[in-house]
Amino acid sequence: MSDLLRVATAGSVDDGKSTLIGRLLHDSKNVFADQFDAVEAASRRRGLDAADLALLTDGLRAEREQGITIDVAYRYFATPRRTFVLADTPGHVQYTRNMVTGASTADVAVVLVDARHGLVEQSHRHAAVAALLGVGHIVLAVNKMDLVDFSEEVYDRIVADFDVLAAELGIRSVTAIPVSALHGDNVVEPSQKLGWYAGQTLLDHLETVPVPSRGGEVGARLPVQLVIRPRSAEHPDYRAYAGRVAAGTLRVGDEVVVLPSGRRTRVAGIDTHDGSLDEAATGRSVAVRLEDDVDVARGDLLAAAPDAPEPVRQLTGRVCVLAERQVRAGDRFRLRAGTREVKAIVGSIADRLDVTTLKREDADALELNDIGDVMLRLAEPVAVDPYALSRGTGSFLLIDEATGATVAAGMVEQPPAV
Amino acid sequence: MTTISDLHLEHLTDARDAALTALEDESIHILREVVGSFERPVLLFSGGKDSIVMLRLAEKAFSPGRIPFPVMHVDTGHNFPEVIEFRDRRAAELGLDLVVASVQDAIDRGRITERPGQSRNPLQTVPLLDAITDNRFDAVLGGARRDEEKARAKERVFSIRDEFGQWDPRNQRPELWDLYNGRIAPGEHVRIFPLSNWTELDIWRYIARDGIEVPSIYYAHEREVFDRDGMVLAVTPFTPPRDGEQVRVETVRYRTVGDATCTGAVRSTARTVDEVIAETATSRLTERGATRADDRASEAAMEDRKREGYF
Repeated sequence: MSDLLRVATAGSVDDGKSTLIGRLLHDSKNVFADQFDAVEAASRRRGLDAADLALLTDGLRAEREQGITIDVAYRYFATPRRTFVLADTPGHVQYTRNMVTGASTADVAVVLVDARHGLVEQSHRHAAVAALLGVGHIVLAVNKMDLVDFSEEVYDRIVADFDVLAAELGIRSVTAIPVSALHGDNVVEPSQKLGWYAGQTLLDHLETVPVPSRGGEVGARLPVQLVIRPRSAEHPDYRAYAGRVAAGTLRVGDEVVVLPSGRRTRVAGIDTHDGSLDEAATGRSVAVRLEDDVDVARGDLLAAAPDAPEPVRQLTGRVCVLAERQVRAGDRFRLRAGTREVKAIVGSIADRLDVTTLKREDADALELNDIGDVMLRLAEPVAVDPYALSRGTGSFLLIDEATGATVAAGMVEQPPAV
Repeated sequence: MTTISDLHLEHLTDARDAALTALEDESIHILREVVGSFERPVLLFSGGKDSIVMLRLAEKAFSPGRIPFPVMHVDTGHNFPEVIEFRDRRAAELGLDLVVASVQDAIDRGRITERPGQSRNPLQTVPLLDAITDNRFDAVLGGARRDEEKARAKERVFSIRDEFGQWDPRNQRPELWDLYNGRIAPGEHVRIFPLSNWTELDIWRYIARDGIEVPSIYYAHEREVFDRDGMVLAVTPFTPPRDGEQVRVETVRYRTVGDATCTGAVRSTARTVDEVIAETATSRLTERGATRADDRASEAAMEDRKREGYF
C-alpha cells in the first residue's frame, strides 16, 4: 500500500481555500521560519494586522496582486503518518479546467464551502467535477464557522444539502468537517468552540482515510513506453518492454495480449534495476520480458488476456475543453491515450453537460471549460478501458496538431451494452 | 491527535518507504517518456544532490541499458572544487558525455557582462539557452523540485519554453493523469522536472536508502568562513573576505550546492546521511531561505528569473 495521499482542493473565490491550505501547512509544522517571515513581512506591507497565510500558497506575482489563485500549485507536506501531495486548484469559474487538472490524479478532494453562504453554484460544479473524474473520496470542509457562531444548525443544514447532491452525483464516500481556517479551529487542532462535533480534525481525517485503490477494476495493463535492448557484451540478448503498470497487477507467467496487434504471449520476467519481481502492482515502473519474440513497440498496450480490451476505431468520451478553442464536429486532433498517439476526427458532439444542474443540453460546439460527450473516429485502433473501470487506461488527451496545445482531456465512456 | 508513539515505528518506516518507491516509480516513468518522445534530450547535472538523484533514477529507468542521453553543466566558473571533481568522476563512471556550458566563456565572448560584486548565478541563463540551441536539445531534464520555491510550485512536469527560452506561468499546458504532452514547435524546447513531487527530505531519504554518494561538502566539515548578508560564506578565490569581515574556522555543511558566491553554508555537525536526515527533518529554514542569496532579492525573484529562461 502506498502511503502517499494525493489531495485536490476546490472552493470558490474567497471561500478561504488558500488560507485553509496555509493553515494546514502552518499548524502541522510544515512551514519553515523563513517562509513564514516572508509572509509576515508581505502581510505588513499590505497593511494587515496578522500574517495572511494565503500568501504561503499564492506563488505568482499576479496572484498576490489580485489576491486570487490563478493556476494549480502543488504543495508537499508530511506528518509522521503520511506523505501528502496537495493540488491547490483555483475556484474561479474561468479556471474550472484547472480543477479538472487537479482532480485527475487526486485520491481525495476537499470541497470548501463558506458556512455563511452554504452550497453555491461552484460547490455543485466542484462536486460534479470530482465525481466525473472518479475521485474516490470527498471531504466537505465547512469553513468560516467562526462567522456563524460555530452553529451546529448551520453546519447540519449544509451537510444535509451536500448529501442530496452527493447522492445525485453517485458519490459514495463523503466526510463533512466544520472548520475555521482563519483561526485554525479543527484544521489540525480540535476546537473547543466546536464541542458539539465529535469527528476528526481535517488533518486527522486526511492522515487516516484509506488510500483508494488506483488500480481500478480491470486486469493488468501496461502501456509500453520503450524497448530496452542494451546489446552490450554483458546483456547481448536482453530485450524488455519498459512501462508503468496503469491498472491491475502484472504477474510472471500471466498470459498477456499485445494490443492492438492481438498477439498472445506470457510474461517471462518483471525486472527493475534493484532486482526482479514476481508481480508488479499499479503504479510500478518496470521492464517486462515476454516469452515469445513478438513485435512490441512504444504505443502498444500489454493487457492481461482474460479481460483485455477490444481495440476500437471509434470511441465515445466525455471531454473537458481546456484551451481557448472550440471543439466542433469535423475537427481534427491527435488523440493521446497511454503511450499511444493516433489521429482523430470529432465525429459528432452528443451534448454539453451543465455541471451545475447536471442537465444535458444539445450543443454544436464545446468551449473552454465545457464538459460534453463527443464521438471520435480514429485513424488507427486504440485499446482503452472505460474510465469508470480504469483511470490509467480510460483517460486521453486531444492535442492540437498545429500548436501542440492540449485542447481537451477526455474520459472513455462505457460502450453501450449490445 | 494521534502521536508517533501511537504507531509502530516499523509501520512508519514502511509507509515512508512506500511513499519513496511511489516517487521513484513516477520519476522513472517521466524519464522514459522523455526518451520515448524526444529526439535530443539532455540532463542538467551540476554535481548537486538533486541532479545526482536524477542520474541514479536515469540509471534505473534504462537498466540494464545505459543512460541514453548526455549530461550538461552550466558552469559559472565559481564552483566548489569538490563538486567539480565529483561531477567529472560521476559522468566518467557512467560513460556519459558531459557538455559544459561556461559562463566565463560567454563573458569572454561578450555575450554577457559581469556585474562587479554580483553573483554569476543569474548569468547562467544565456549560456544555458545558447547551449540548448547549439546542441539542438529539445528536452532539458532538470532536478528542480516544486517544494523549493513558491513559483516552482506552479511549474508543470513538462514545461514548454518558447524560442526565446521564456516561461509563461499564466499560459501553461494543463497536465492531467500521467499523460505528458511534449509536442513543441520548431525552436521551442521543453524543460522536464521528474523530481517535481519530491521534497528535500525525500531526496535525503532516497540517498540513504540507495546508498548514493554525494560530494563531501554536504556533510559537516571544518572550513574557513565569514558572515555576509546574513549568510555564512566560505573563503574561496571568488569570495575573498572584504574589510571588516572576520574569518573564522567553523564546522559547517551545505544544503544546496551552487555558485560559491551566493551559496551559504549552515552550521552543522551532521557527518553522516542519517544525521543529515535528522537535521533536515527538524530544520526550521528552507534550503533556499537558509543559503541562497539570489532568491532573497525580491518576493518574485525566482519567478522573474524563470520567465527569462533561467532554470
